[in-house]
Amino acid sequence: MSAEPALPAEGWRRTSPLSFLVGAVTSLRGALLPVAAALFTSRNWDWGLFLAVLVPAFCLIFFFRWLAWRRFRYRLGESDVRVERGLFNRTARSVPYERIQDVSLEQAFVPRLFGMVEVKFETGAGGRDEIAIRYVDAAEAEALREAVRAQKGGLVAALASEAAPPAEEQARTLFAMNPRRLMTFGLFEFSLVVFAVLGGVLQQFDFLLPFDIWDFEAWLGLLAGPGHRLSEFGLATQAIGAALALSVLGLLGLATGLGRTVLRDYGFRLEETPKGLRRRRGLLTRTDVVMPLHRVQALTLTTGIVRRRFGWHGLSVVSLAQDAKSESHVVVPFGTMEEIAPVVNTTGFALPGEATDWHPASRRQRNDSIALTVLPLVLIAGAVAGLGVVFGARIEGLPASWPLLAAGGLAALGGLLGVREWHLWRHRCHAIDARQLFVREGWLAPHLAIASRVKLQSVEIAQSPLARRRGYADVRFGVAGGKLEMHGVPLESARAIRAAVLDSIAAVDFSRLPG
Amino acid sequence: MDEDSLTSLHPNYVKAVRLATAVFALPFVIGALVLEIAGLLPHGSFLAPVLLLALYAVMRVPLRRYHARGYRMGEDRLRVVRGLLFRSDTVVPFGRVQHIDVHQGPIERGYGLATLVLHTAGNHNASVSLPGLGHDDALAMREAIRAHVKRDTM
Repeated sequence: MSAEPALPAEGWRRTSPLSFLVGAVTSLRGALLPVAAALFTSRNWDWGLFLAVLVPAFCLIFFFRWLAWRRFRYRLGESDVRVERGLFNRTARSVPYERIQDVSLEQAFVPRLFGMVEVKFETGAGGRDEIAIRYVDAAEAEALREAVRAQKGGLVAALASEAAPPAEEQARTLFAMNPRRLMTFGLFEFSLVVFAVLGGVLQQFDFLLPFDIWDFEAWLGLLAGPGHRLSEFGLATQAIGAALALSVLGLLGLATGLGRTVLRDYGFRLEETPKGLRRRRGLLTRTDVVMPLHRVQALTLTTGIVRRRFGWHGLSVVSLAQDAKSESHVVVPFGTMEEIAPVVNTTGFALPGEATDWHPASRRQRNDSIALTVLPLVLIAGAVAGLGVVFGARIEGLPASWPLLAAGGLAALGGLLGVREWHLWRHRCHAIDARQLFVREGWLAPHLAIASRVKLQSVEIAQSPLARRRGYADVRFGVAGGKLEMHGVPLESARAIRAAVLDSIAAVDFSRLPG
Repeated sequence: MDEDSLTSLHPNYVKAVRLATAVFALPFVIGALVLEIAGLLPHGSFLAPVLLLALYAVMRVPLRRYHARGYRMGEDRLRVVRGLLFRSDTVVPFGRVQHIDVHQGPIERGYGLATLVLHTAGNHNASVSLPGLGHDDALAMREAIRAHVKRDTM
């Protein structure tokens, strides 16, 4: 199998016969630790039992590996790579050459001992469901890579010439944060997370403290003993104390926010370079990221309920990163709309304008979501009050009217959540124009998503049983590297939106995607 | 995009789902039988509901599921409709397909069925699967979609 340098275009091939051996050794390596553990723990070592259990187990592993090897085959066809595998669940996968972004050869430790190589075909599939051929020898791997590259050769050449950057333009600063802006940003990043962290640390290391801090009675004792003077002060003094405690809390929160912001965003600079957007930031860990412009799939404009009043917003791009993990990149952490607009234009997107035709979410969806949040709580509150009054259950240390109090609390909570739903509905709207989709969501943390119609991957209309009865739906779009969802769209307009989006997708050749 | 133009799945899909449900329900029925024989509870108080539920799940639900599902193979897109309670209606343009799987589980193989899975680059709906196709139909659909991907590029 290894002797032939070139691959025939047709015909199914198997991986190297050695590969099942490699696989078996790899799984044996995983089994080594438990065996060693058994060796150490058992007192009277019984070789008979050992062999009786382990030998058949190893044989089984080998047998299944061999079967799996038998059922795995691949073929370089005219227009695609085919891989068939599976013992009971058979899967036949077809990867068109046009979609293969790269072929990588990998050698892990064990395969390397046997001179085996794993060949991976990387496509842009969102599920990161890569196609791997395990294992072939080095010559075959190289031949495979060459064959695939040759097949998509024309395409790659075309792409390369297109992607050749116009060299005349140098880096141009789009956005940068001076220390003053950084401070303002830090103030808005007020955070009490430090207390959560402190609490966690205390819980982890409380055994190191000289006393048990969770012992409430001990604290009471302390208050009654040397600390009893505290409780003897008047009400005013106690109020001042509380105010003091609160301001310390506030100061700590501010300090946390400032510290985190400075550490993360010190020296923030976003530049437009021929290769794409380049972002540098960080005080101690300096990061330098380049985001190719053609990989930008969508934009997210975020703000907060307070900072919006002062005109501060943030901008992130959703892009398909090579490293697959960090999909969303902040490009303007904290800026005015005047600063953000040029960045948006650079990415080839456009902010919604006067002409944008916003559509609110369906009123029925509002009523249903409020009913679904409030009703259960009101029902529980009613049940608690009713049962409490009828049976007159008493709980020591609580006033006799506790069922009514509890019911009132539950009802108030329901009311609050209902008001929240109402506000959420008020801020929920969507729009579609010739090139883009806009989705606005959120009350306390409003955000606006802008997606290019042609860069969407799929469209789904989803309906819950209630939504079906009431004639509205959620529209979910497949975005490479992010998510985009419209809630509570009337069914008719959901269908219209989908039809429009699909038509613009189908009209544009995007086999290059997510290139 | 109208509802009536959907293609139904292969009729064997009902049988395949029935068999799969039956395999799933068997341990519960056996458990109920054991409890019945052990006589801890009044006669039939446990066995009867379990049997009824299993019967409903095996006989009725697959049929309803079959009627709830459907697909439409357009010129440049595949539409997949599914869901009994929570309905979902997904369209994948062929131009966005990254790779295609034709999957066959053991039960599907017995009934000559296959599942077609389209993988896209989107994080949402990264793979859209359409079960209950005849194996040959699934292969033909794969060829058609692949041909479209090919044409798209040129």
